[in-house]
Amino acid sequence: MAIRVLKPGLATTVQDLGRPGYYHIGIPLSGGMDRHALAAANLLVGNEAGAAVLEAVFMGPELEFTADATVAVTGAELPPKLDGEPREGWTSFKVKRGQILSFDFLKQGARGYIAVAGGIDVPVVLGSRSTYALGALGGFKGRKLEAGDELPVGHAAATGKDGRTVARDLRGQPAGMPTELRAMPGLYWHRITEAAGNGFFSDTWKVAPEADRIGYRFKGGKPLEFVPREPPFGAGSDPSNITDACYPYGSIQVPGGTEPIVLHRDAVSGGGYFMVGTVIAADMDLIGQLQPNTPVKFVKVDMSQALAARKSRSELLGRLHSALA
Amino acid sequence: MQTRFSFGGDEHIFAEVGEAMSLEAFFKSLFITNAVRDAKIKGVTEICPANASYQVKFDPDQIKPDDLLVELKRLDSASEKSEPVIKTRIIEIPVLYNDPWTHETLMRFRERHQNPDGTDLEYAARINGLDSVDAFIKAHSSAPWFVSMVGFVAGLPFLYQMVERKRQLQAPKYLRPRTDTPKLTVGHGGCFSCIYSVRGAGGYQMFGITPMPIYDPNQTISYLRDFMCLFKPGDIVKWKPIDRAAYDAAVADVDAGRFAPVIRDVSFSLTEFNRDVDAYNSKLDGVLHGH
Repeated sequence: MAIRVLKPGLATTVQDLGRPGYYHIGIPLSGGMDRHALAAANLLVGNEAGAAVLEAVFMGPELEFTADATVAVTGAELPPKLDGEPREGWTSFKVKRGQILSFDFLKQGARGYIAVAGGIDVPVVLGSRSTYALGALGGFKGRKLEAGDELPVGHAAATGKDGRTVARDLRGQPAGMPTELRAMPGLYWHRITEAAGNGFFSDTWKVAPEADRIGYRFKGGKPLEFVPREPPFGAGSDPSNITDACYPYGSIQVPGGTEPIVLHRDAVSGGGYFMVGTVIAADMDLIGQLQPNTPVKFVKVDMSQALAARKSRSELLGRLHSALA
Repeated sequence: MQTRFSFGGDEHIFAEVGEAMSLEAFFKSLFITNAVRDAKIKGVTEICPANASYQVKFDPDQIKPDDLLVELKRLDSASEKSEPVIKTRIIEIPVLYNDPWTHETLMRFRERHQNPDGTDLEYAARINGLDSVDAFIKAHSSAPWFVSMVGFVAGLPFLYQMVERKRQLQAPKYLRPRTDTPKLTVGHGGCFSCIYSVRGAGGYQMFGITPMPIYDPNQTISYLRDFMCLFKPGDIVKWKPIDRAAYDAAVADVDAGRFAPVIRDVSFSLTEFNRDVDAYNSKLDGVLHGH
């Protein structure tokens, strides 16, 4: 069976849990930006948690099914409609051959995950079906979807059941305003003054319009003041420059000391800007659900707090698995 | 050189071998990342050498962050005792300097450049104290370059010139980055040259273009069938200036699947290199051309 793309949405891509192992040659992890929601969508339709799904950002696609299927939409509040009739998010439902899945306007969050029983069956490239658009790699022809594309769907091991749903407390979506992103100071933290470091964590930032799978930019906080130095050979003359180095996922670079950028799943793997620290792994999914203009605070944590947060995020995933087993 | 370690969140250890770029810092980062790879440490998922630093990504559910840090520090001190010798490859990259495509692009973005009245090559020649573009091209292509890092985007090599620091070519990046750079542009920023593996944004000065693809996600190009990225950190590159006729012939050869890049295995010793840079580089040239 296949899915015909009638309208592609804004930037809909095929994603699974990603492509580890090639960052040293500049190929990033890729994969769903909200991995918890991606896993939930798959489990709802009876797939393995890491099957390939569609990730739609800000605006849903319009899709025609060439055969009967079971579908679920999770993540952002992007209300699904089947032949124009509303369907519940975070709940599996049946689609008949020839029916059209479309979406209402985005109500909350940023990215919806559309899973189909059997998974989106694009070729596996370097161990993953995820799209890395910058490198024209993986996914459907290495790019976001376009009208007229036909997406192959894999054979479903079991016919997915409809009406299965994920309880609100198992959804792991951002809660509260401003959204709190926990971060460990480090990397080139010593390049800024103590006052600037305090300001970074006490200021409220807002998601800038430049927010995509590569990284999220933030603005509205005070510019960071640097500790004076002689530029090291190879680094460049700006105080925010370093000798080009690797960028961790979640690392927070601040070019010119003004607007922090948190790198995400399609990260550029390295470059010449200093970083003040790294958003902890447990909070990376939340970033994937932030819309431009959302207020955000960075909350300072240490390694033990980061590991505790990691444990609690993984327990949430464990409860999701049990609930949908 | 005292390596500075820092956790990058709960999944990365970042190690700065040197604040400044140097062959010694690069060599150490390459050496240690090779050792980490050989050690097959459980829970380590990505091992990334960079110019003067390196990064290891790990799963803290499989190895405690502090345990990995101890292991990296151990490998770091062990590296002090080892001979700085690597087995690597030397690769010849043909370049059409001053080509029409980067020229068109650099004219389009002229208002973002330090020297709006000239070309990137003219500017780079002047600020490096060379009296002509030809002299600059000679300086750029006469000594080999180390691939000191692969990244930013897929398959893009950062290249570090293998001459004494005082002879190294330097040029600032554009005042504001361009939104476009032709695929396979040979660029330069700071002390690093690069080859843009894909078309896209960029801030490096543009000197020329190579006909030789270095990244092919479809793996149809003959020499990229085994793996889609040509370069690995530690490779050595030698530029070969070519004219337009040779460029066109090479493009036709690539399209016809008969382009055979010149790649030779070589062993590189940093100690011997430092003893006599020019003599060592001409020895490398000999390896490349089989004499």
